[in-house]
Amino acid sequence: MYVYDEYDHKIIGERVAQFRRQTERYLAGEIPPEQFLPLRLQNGLYVQRLAPMLRIAVPYGMLNSGQLRKLAHITRHYDKGYCHVTTRQNIQLNWPQLEEVPDILAELAQVEMHAVQTSGNCIRNVTTDQFAGVAPDEIIDPRPYCEIIRQWSTFHPEFAFLPRKFKIAVAGTQSDRAAIYFHDIGLQLIKNTKGEIGFKVLVGGGLGRTPVIGSVIREFLPEQQILTYLEAILRIYNLHGRRDNKFKARIKILVRAVGPEAFADMVEKEWLNVRDSANHLPAEEIARARTFFPEPQYLRGLDDVEMMAPINALRGEHREFGNWLSHNVQRHKIPGYRAVTLSLKFTGVPPGDLTDRQLEIIADLADRYSFGEVRTTHNQNMVLADVQASQLFELWQQLRQAGFATANVGTLTDIICCPGGDFCSLANAKSIPIAEAIQREFDDLDYVYDLGPIELNISGCMNACGHHHIGNIGILGVDKKGEEFYQVQLGGNSGYNAALGEVLGPSFSRDDMPQVIRKIINVFIKNREGEEEFIDTFTRIGMTPFKESVYAKAH
Amino acid sequence: MPKLTNNGKLQADDWQVVSKESAPALAEMFSGQWLVHVKWYVENQEELTNRNNIGVWLDSDDEAESVSSVIGHLPVIGVNFPVFTDGRGFSIGRTIRERYKFTGELRAIGNFMQDQLFYLKRCGFDAFIVGDKVDAESMAKSLADFSDVYQAAVDQPVPLFRRRLA
Repeated sequence: MYVYDEYDHKIIGERVAQFRRQTERYLAGEIPPEQFLPLRLQNGLYVQRLAPMLRIAVPYGMLNSGQLRKLAHITRHYDKGYCHVTTRQNIQLNWPQLEEVPDILAELAQVEMHAVQTSGNCIRNVTTDQFAGVAPDEIIDPRPYCEIIRQWSTFHPEFAFLPRKFKIAVAGTQSDRAAIYFHDIGLQLIKNTKGEIGFKVLVGGGLGRTPVIGSVIREFLPEQQILTYLEAILRIYNLHGRRDNKFKARIKILVRAVGPEAFADMVEKEWLNVRDSANHLPAEEIARARTFFPEPQYLRGLDDVEMMAPINALRGEHREFGNWLSHNVQRHKIPGYRAVTLSLKFTGVPPGDLTDRQLEIIADLADRYSFGEVRTTHNQNMVLADVQASQLFELWQQLRQAGFATANVGTLTDIICCPGGDFCSLANAKSIPIAEAIQREFDDLDYVYDLGPIELNISGCMNACGHHHIGNIGILGVDKKGEEFYQVQLGGNSGYNAALGEVLGPSFSRDDMPQVIRKIINVFIKNREGEEEFIDTFTRIGMTPFKESVYAKAH
Repeated sequence: MPKLTNNGKLQADDWQVVSKESAPALAEMFSGQWLVHVKWYVENQEELTNRNNIGVWLDSDDEAESVSSVIGHLPVIGVNFPVFTDGRGFSIGRTIRERYKFTGELRAIGNFMQDQLFYLKRCGFDAFIVGDKVDAESMAKSLADFSDVYQAAVDQPVPLFRRRLA
């Protein structure tokens, strides 16, 4: 993974000193609260219902074991002993003290981490596929480009006071695991007919209260031009995005207002002025960025079938292990290796939560089984990306002990869920108890497996941190005269076949929700053809049968 | 109001901003130093060129391009920040420097804040009109928050990746 040099250390160190001084001036009354607000936000600190929260950046989801141990220390020493993996691959602390945040940032800097631009109206952490570099369907490893974009966007002087927040995602695979159609800018790495590397550029996607699927504004952008083109897009947005209404300030509103073609013209015109600037990437820089993501020291020449045979033979004796192999273990580009997803969706624990001790256990497991590295996922799980197949049983036993072996990855109970009304001041309704109630309703794993892959996403309000619009089943918390209700959407899809869910009908009370999901699943089972996936059945039969069943009057 | 320079020094400043709404009387502008709104300047440019006591100011909804035709005649350009959250002025300043090659004084006026000074400087501003009671020493520190930067801008036209490769 990327390793800081003297420049990175100096710049991040100076950021810590800057924020320490700003915090002191704020506490001394020398910075008014409204001016301190964007400063603390751009250092990851935002105030929620109960306390300030600190969102720590995990650039494109990569962490090493030393960083995990530091995070464990920080949650123990400065917080209540746990943290939370967010839907943008970051790590969040729920209870830091404002006065101590500069110290936390200084500790993070020691392990080459920070909380830079994880909140506020600026360019946020760049996200990508959690299987970057190891996925068999990968065309180009996105991580070197993510790092180039991270450095360009870090403390960018022109784009720190944008109309609204700005999120970029990069995908380099045949199937999209980074939801690039739902970001302010989505970048898909591709090769043209000459074999040259470039990007398909999408703008104006997003969730929130106005969900929009991104529009392609350029089919092929040569890789050397990525920074010049990003700079052109951001400048157009900075100058022309709406600033009069924060609910209409995202780039998606601008793109929709002028139309994607006209927006593309504006960008191309601006780009002509900057395309030959010093931001044009030399091939040497792209090559240099690649050197930070070398292949680990894999054992070469392993026979995959031979390696997996004794592992698969254990399925009969250990059914749970077999389930885990089928659901939480993913294929790897190197024969004899697998990527293992650690499920952070244990019933009764808020999705994505981790204790200090669990962080240390993951660090130890990463050192022992996966070259000391681990990734966070936007589904709020973690991944050991480079595990030797022969060690899978041993690893499973340890994961089971630590509570990470719930074999539900990609299933109905692998729920994406925002912190909701339990923690967040924006929320209309709680989301964590809904996730738990659904997990309890569907506690028969064999039944859940038979249903095949289903994404169920829950947001506690229309800001959509739980990505409810793009869940196959989406649940949105709404407020009705001070009471918490839940609206259900069906048919969302986060991949390259991007689709937004449609609303099923009037909302439900919290107590009704497990039965509502049960009825939806029953309609699916009744209409399913063969091994069809939920989303395909829905696309084929449409909303009506679901509506009729869920809202049928009791006889 | 005093002017903070790029090197953190406070100076007296006599440039007066003429509002967009008022039509300045040319006769009154033979003495004193005046920043008139860019649209008014362009409309009256034949009577104004080569007057080194008249500059222009742009509001955050003005295009940087609006100043391009007269830029060679201007000793000073001001860019207004109506509120500190309005970041358009950063793009306007940078464009005036990088695209239109303005070499005179580029000053930030209005409601920017101390903790934006470093970014403003990077975007080409070299003068900042500040309140009467500011702590100049503290502001000088904010101007120098960082000693190095990742990306190219006006103050450092070579991005870090090119300097690393050199």
